[in-house]
Amino acid sequence: MATFNSYLSGFILSIALTLAAYFAVTSHSADALWVIFGVAIVQLFVQLVFFLHIGKGADRGWTWLFLSFALLVVFIVVGGSLWIMANLNYNMTSDQMNASMLDQAE
Amino acid sequence: MANISLQKLTAHHDDTKTAFGFWVYIMTDCILFAGLFAAYAVLRGNTFGGPAGKDIFSLPFVLAETLILLTSSFTCGLSVLAARAGKKGQVIGWLIVTFLLGASFLAMELTEFSGLIADGNGPQRSGFLSSFFTLVGTHGLHITAGLIWIAVLLFFIAKRGLTPGMQRKLTLFSMFWHFLDIVWIFIFTIVYLYGNI
Repeated sequence: MATFNSYLSGFILSIALTLAAYFAVTSHSADALWVIFGVAIVQLFVQLVFFLHIGKGADRGWTWLFLSFALLVVFIVVGGSLWIMANLNYNMTSDQMNASMLDQAE
Repeated sequence: MANISLQKLTAHHDDTKTAFGFWVYIMTDCILFAGLFAAYAVLRGNTFGGPAGKDIFSLPFVLAETLILLTSSFTCGLSVLAARAGKKGQVIGWLIVTFLLGASFLAMELTEFSGLIADGNGPQRSGFLSSFFTLVGTHGLHITAGLIWIAVLLFFIAKRGLTPGMQRKLTLFSMFWHFLDIVWIFIFTIVYLYGNI
């Protein structure tokens, strides 16, 4: 159940993680890319557990199921879009691109 | 006696169902944001000769926005705790604090937007900026809806007190508000931090 301690822990952890990601970027750390995405995923679960209390309550099984499904759709939509668009650039030569742009212009 | 406890049980059961139904809504909203994040991820390099993210984003400004929204998520949680304890004055107090923090966040976002538009970097400038304004603006619209929701909650809690119905609505609002904070973490990371690497 929600308690003051759970909200306070979530709040302090979230501030710490946000600042960690921020300073990884401002200090031009070489690993900044991995740090910010790792920290974002950790913070997602910190807030789900400490603020939204997921995994507590009577419907926790269904709640997890819907969350997992939503995350799967997010992963497919975002990852799939990036994958397709990257391949589109890779599989087209610059001549093909110019030709298709000229076709569209005509 | 038995009747009363049965009523309490059914009421509790209904509350759990309502919260679960609202969770399903939140997950569909999450998929809406996935589409906008995907569009942004694909278009972020298409600057069409205009500015890229690192030319126009001020990180300290956005860090302040992030911390303000995070604090409002915390104070929103405190209002739910106060409601469980039956302390009406505290609920109203924390909701007002949450409202003021949310309004400051929105004001900062609008300041950023109007600054960009004034510099000629509005949504029509490039594919990158179109997707930026759509993604961040949709989050801002959700925040605006949340602010209206707080105002309505404040009005009815002041008028009717902490009835079971108001407790339930406050719980749903807190889920919505925490969800917006989580979406913002990813906007902060993907748009602002990643844009400045």
